[in-house]
Amino acid sequence: MTRRQLWLRFITHLDLPLLLGIGLLMLVSLLVLYSADNAGWGRPLSQLLNIVVAFTCMWLIANLPLHYLMRTAVPIYALGMVLLIGVALFGEISHGARRWLNLGVITIQPSELMKIGIPLMMAWYFEKHEATLTLKNYFVATLLLLMPVALIVRQPDLGTAVLISASGFYVLFLAGLSWRVLGGVFVAALASVPVLWSMLHDYQRHRIEMLFDPSQDALGKGYHTIQATIAVGSGGILGKGYLNGTQTHLDFLPERTTDFIFAVYSEEFGLLGNLILLGIYMFVIGRGFIITANASTYFTRLMAGSITLTFATYAFVNMGMVSGILPVVGVPLPLVSYGGTSMLTLLLGFGMLMSIETHKKLVKT
Amino acid sequence: MNKHVELKNHQREIFYFRLRLAISIGFVLVLLSVLLVRFFYLQVVRHSYYQTLAESNRISIVPIVPNRGMILDRNGVVLAHNYSGYTLEITPNKTADLEDTINELATLVEITHKDRKRFNKLLAERRNFETLMIRNRLTDEEVARFAAQQYRFPGVEIKARLFRNYPYGAKTAHLIGYIGRINQTDVEQLEENDLAANYRGSDYIGKTGLEQSYESELHGTTGVEQVEVDSGGRAVRMLSRTPPSSGNTLVLSIDAKLQEIAEQSFGNYRGALVAIDPNNGEVLAFVSKPGYDPSLFIDGIDTQNWDELNNSPDTPLNNRALRGQYPPGSTVKPFMALAGLYYNTRSPGHTIGDPGYFNLPGSGHQYRDWKKGGHGSVDMFKSIVVSCDTYYYGLANELGIDNIYNFLSRFGFGKKTGLDLEGETSGLLPSQEWKMRRYQQKWYAGDTVSVGIGQGYNLVTPMQLAYTTATLANNGVAYKPHLVREVRSSRSNENRLIESKPEFDLQIAPAHLDLVKRAMVAVNQPGGTAAGAAAGAPYRIAGKTGTAQVIAMKQGEKYDASKIDERHRDHAWFIAFAPAEQPRIALVVLAENGGHGGGTAAPIARKVMDYYLLGKVPQPLPDTADKEGEEHD
Repeated sequence: MTRRQLWLRFITHLDLPLLLGIGLLMLVSLLVLYSADNAGWGRPLSQLLNIVVAFTCMWLIANLPLHYLMRTAVPIYALGMVLLIGVALFGEISHGARRWLNLGVITIQPSELMKIGIPLMMAWYFEKHEATLTLKNYFVATLLLLMPVALIVRQPDLGTAVLISASGFYVLFLAGLSWRVLGGVFVAALASVPVLWSMLHDYQRHRIEMLFDPSQDALGKGYHTIQATIAVGSGGILGKGYLNGTQTHLDFLPERTTDFIFAVYSEEFGLLGNLILLGIYMFVIGRGFIITANASTYFTRLMAGSITLTFATYAFVNMGMVSGILPVVGVPLPLVSYGGTSMLTLLLGFGMLMSIETHKKLVKT
Repeated sequence: MNKHVELKNHQREIFYFRLRLAISIGFVLVLLSVLLVRFFYLQVVRHSYYQTLAESNRISIVPIVPNRGMILDRNGVVLAHNYSGYTLEITPNKTADLEDTINELATLVEITHKDRKRFNKLLAERRNFETLMIRNRLTDEEVARFAAQQYRFPGVEIKARLFRNYPYGAKTAHLIGYIGRINQTDVEQLEENDLAANYRGSDYIGKTGLEQSYESELHGTTGVEQVEVDSGGRAVRMLSRTPPSSGNTLVLSIDAKLQEIAEQSFGNYRGALVAIDPNNGEVLAFVSKPGYDPSLFIDGIDTQNWDELNNSPDTPLNNRALRGQYPPGSTVKPFMALAGLYYNTRSPGHTIGDPGYFNLPGSGHQYRDWKKGGHGSVDMFKSIVVSCDTYYYGLANELGIDNIYNFLSRFGFGKKTGLDLEGETSGLLPSQEWKMRRYQQKWYAGDTVSVGIGQGYNLVTPMQLAYTTATLANNGVAYKPHLVREVRSSRSNENRLIESKPEFDLQIAPAHLDLVKRAMVAVNQPGGTAAGAAAGAPYRIAGKTGTAQVIAMKQGEKYDASKIDERHRDHAWFIAFAPAEQPRIALVVLAENGGHGGGTAAPIARKVMDYYLLGKVPQPLPDTADKEGEEHD
């Protein structure tokens, strides 16, 4: 093979617009990490390593034909369930929650695996029963979603549980769950709020109130929200300039390389920077929707739609929490926050999107 | 035709899917606009407000550590309190060269190697703009010397801080425990219990004893101050303040003077003493000898002291009263007698002839009485008074282990008493099932025989034996033992009394109680095993001596204290309550390697009861000589 052939082989199954959007977000990530690390190379370099590893996995997935992808659904879901049960029984407690499983060599957080595993399993299930979809199938699919979610709620990891529920819900929605059922569930959920509220213990209510009113917990999690809001607000229209964020560099911002990295960005690049960042996100999300619309099979449509919508949700929830309109639930800013696991999970999703886009020509005959 | 329908369906499906997709896109656009509105609000509308907060001044949230609650005895005598002292502290951010600064400081005040090590440890764990202690407990002279030179040391200051103090030191160490610096394990524990926010700024946490068990009461609620700081981190103006509320004060049922007398009555013996008011379960004295100096642990104990405490053959860190497990020896006999009466195995008048040993039917093995040649004819009353082993070998054999287990476990043997102090051990009341589980062996009749005199597999803690003694004193009505009598709130002056409620009533027949108690009184009268220690007491004592074997004697070998290494000598027990008719105090004394209960343990009990019932202070405070009593057990 010539060099050119090799190059072509390399990019055949990569979606170039998507690659451009992801690449821009990664660039932002490295740039902001350098600032958040007080002009240090430690975090950016190790994030670069995360990117390389995750990118390799994305490339492999993108090159995987769709029927292989479908075949992984049941094993991945089953493995995820086994690991989640393992966590419930033997998990390690850290920061008050049992989320990690120590496998001797590595510790893993099975709920991350389920971020991919659940939509995959549900889309697979709908594809299998595509010809004869009845309400019963939606019910079974909901169960497939709720079992792992219940285990994650128990850990307790409410943030992840809500987001995973969202990704499963998107599959149900796109699979055509009737409006009447959706409406019914919505009304029932609303109606049950006061009942559930009255069943909670006082301390549980207090915790929920604290989520929505951070000033009540100024020494704990509320501190993060207060400082992050100041950072965002003080950024103004043009921002304080790269490496000049005072909140960041005087150590007022907590977790500024991970969940609160958006505050660093927003303080230094201002509203203008925010618009650019949102633009990039919308570009990636838009491309995801186009891939979804063009997807050739029921399975790939559901999968692509869920991946795209989940990505959008993550971005919204993180920015919402940093800017003080959503409770602090420990969600990273996708592709920008420091962290290997979330980088890997996200790029696996994008690998699937790319596979869906680049293999459809072969499926369609 | 068929194909046509399918195709149409497919197209319809695609149409519906794209409709849903369009709705999803609409949903994403709504989210997007929510963010845009929020950013516009924060970064344009409210920009100047946040600009002010961030640029000219910065809000710093400063935790205000609450004062730790005090611990008082029942009469208000202070057992743990805080005093303010001066510390020398450094803010690393404001100090150019730490090493230089510390070397310079060392010329003014003494800074030891240990101080430097602690400082470096603090430095590694520090939070932002925190001041770190380099020296604590400065003398007035050192304060003055530094104050005169302070201008040379930017970023170094004298601070007044509260220190914990335990006026009774080693005498209450096993009871009060101590606080120590919060370490990684504590942090994890706090995070797990969602308490980390309330410990922001706190340096200390209860590590053992009541300091640990009542941590949630003692710590208090951390306050918070929002202050504006300038770019250097110096506080400029206070914005808001939520004051801390001090920890609650614990009022114990312990009588400090009684505790002190009990502690000193041990002289050079190691051991434990627990005294309880049988009418309500209040613990009056709780001694484990030897103690240790709790203040050594507060700021981290140094290696030398630690090795000394940890490797001492006297094991001063072992809480004998709460965690020490010993065979009860003959102190179990009154309880065995009650079991015999309860199951009708023995009538009060039933008399045995004691030849000085007991044989199981068909076995040549001799279970020997402590008295060579035996006690002659013995009924139940006499069996307690002279502590006849032969009587109880036979009784136990006839009762059988199941009945013994059932009866004694109802009293509380083999179980934790539920004292409000963490780390209690449960002792051991053996059963057939237990032996099978533990040794995979069936229970033998010989095992039962040894249990009858409190040897064999039996183990009790001094706390547990005190609890069962108090229950016996109170005619079978048990009160849950507790050390804390009252929690005085710092906030509302609302004081919570710890209620004393009866736990259970064993419903022992009055005639049975009467017999056993009369016999226990006779133990302390001429002819009884503790007659010497009780001589001249103006009140009547009911008691029982005991001896716990440390090493087993071979068949035919004679115990001779003088020939045995001191640490292998028997442990001496004495359980008692007084006045016998209307008990106000029930207690247990264990003197390790003390030999005979009557000779060593009972005199200690006598001094404690004399003080509690008569207010009589031993003069001079006793210096118990290591003398062997004549009485045997």
